[in-house]
Amino acid sequence: MQYDVEELRARFPALHQLVHNRPLVYLDNAATTQKPQIVLDTLVRYYTEDNSNIHRGVHTLSERATAGYEAARVKVQRFLNAADNGEIIFTRNATESINLVAAAWGRTFLQAGDEVLITAMEHHANIVPWQMICEERGSVLRVIPITDEGELEPGAYEKLLGPRTKMVAITQMSNALGTVNPVREMTAAAHAVGARVLIDGAQAAYHLRTDVQALDCDFFVFSGHKLYGPTGIGILYGKREVLEAMRPYQGGGDMIDRVTFEKTTYNGLPYKFEAGTPHIAGAIGLGAAVDFIESVGIEHMAAHEQSLLQYGTELLEEIPGLRIIGKARHKASILSFVLNDIHPSDIGAILDQEGIAIRTGHHCAQPVMDRYGVPATARASLACYNTREELEALARGIHKVRKVMA
Amino acid sequence: MAELASAREAADELVETFELFDEWEDRYRFIIDLGRKLPPMEEGDKNETTRVRGCQSNVWMVAHARSEGNQRVIDFLADSDAAIVKGLIAILRRVYSGRPADEILAFDAEGLFERLDFGQHLTMGRRNGLFGMVQRIKALAGASTVGASAAAGGEG
Repeated sequence: MQYDVEELRARFPALHQLVHNRPLVYLDNAATTQKPQIVLDTLVRYYTEDNSNIHRGVHTLSERATAGYEAARVKVQRFLNAADNGEIIFTRNATESINLVAAAWGRTFLQAGDEVLITAMEHHANIVPWQMICEERGSVLRVIPITDEGELEPGAYEKLLGPRTKMVAITQMSNALGTVNPVREMTAAAHAVGARVLIDGAQAAYHLRTDVQALDCDFFVFSGHKLYGPTGIGILYGKREVLEAMRPYQGGGDMIDRVTFEKTTYNGLPYKFEAGTPHIAGAIGLGAAVDFIESVGIEHMAAHEQSLLQYGTELLEEIPGLRIIGKARHKASILSFVLNDIHPSDIGAILDQEGIAIRTGHHCAQPVMDRYGVPATARASLACYNTREELEALARGIHKVRKVMA
Repeated sequence: MAELASAREAADELVETFELFDEWEDRYRFIIDLGRKLPPMEEGDKNETTRVRGCQSNVWMVAHARSEGNQRVIDFLADSDAAIVKGLIAILRRVYSGRPADEILAFDAEGLFERLDFGQHLTMGRRNGLFGMVQRIKALAGASTVGASAAAGGEG
């Protein structure tokens, strides 16, 4: 099947605009992706026709809203190939999903002296919640080091794994480097020592086909807004037996079975972890985003993005003084770079004048910046709708940066 | 520093200069060049106390208030690791530094950057430390004791 990127672009209204009188070149997808018309239409239709609170009303609108919300859960379940839809919990984003696990799992299962393993390429969202719970429980956070290329140091993980390891929380794909980690093998190794595994799929979920049963991970998290869906909606997948053994994260409506002032019994999965009125429209919008991805085929998107990544790498490597940060053999969709001693914020500001949107800064991964001895990088990140012409515009823009800054 | 009669006059002169540029590149080159001509700051003065932290880039600033006649006057020196921000610091210095405190308090720095079409650099605000720097200068201008120095605080 021919991948028709122009047809795909036509479905994303936000891509078709001028910025500083230039056609927008949107290369900040690792921060958030643009939304296809089907997602926008779904949000409008929900609020226009079905808006109602879920799981409580007996009236028609409430039934429609509930049906839409639960149908979205099933779409996500299939998208991740989870065993049952009770294992799919709606949260605000990947960050909240990790905080939920760190708090609700950690408080029950982490003891003094236990160890939590993360990698040196984690986003702050997969560092700080673990630091907080480790401090609370007297547990120890340990870090798998990375190489100059941006890969996990060979053998380091196996050496750190041990009987004290209770949790391995790792990113499937680094937001700052693009590195794709061998999470399936790492999960098997963790299980061999009796540790649980959380995979941060915030970056991977829209670039790689995810199969949580094949990965065999205990938890998998991602954010809806990076997956062409709305902001404010995220997913926590957890294995049923693990979720059932956990205490609730927040108390409130919908997560209860029976409340008296003496004692409250909790609702079953997934509602035990969905206290209060959720982001109903967001969940339904995310369901539409999943439909969109499945209709194109995530494998086709990945192949397109991979060929763009290769082309973009070639273009950038030709630019004098440009150094790409993150050269893992297995990487996806991210071009992080520095240019001579030009501050990345200057690169970003000048590219913006050319209508090119990239990210500059530490990408919420300060330990990664420290590792490479740079305060920040400039980062171009790709999605299914980017083109070779846009990468050529980026390369021209970087030449312009060199000229203006000379 | 204060060759011109007021901050407002200095600002108007800058705006006039900027109106001569047709291309955004020329505006940016001019700004970056102004930054390069900033009086250098002692490396020892670039420390945690003088740092105005930004998510994107850093600003370091040393500011003092002194008496001149019956007025309080604010002097400052600043630097940044980013060239455009450094240029905007040079603009602020041209308009602000060596001016009486009440004039600084009354002056709309954000408005000036808007007029120069660099508004996004200040309203993006805390992200580049420039916003924090303006806040610190104004806090010092608003403080009552002569001889006070800008201290840390109000970091994003």
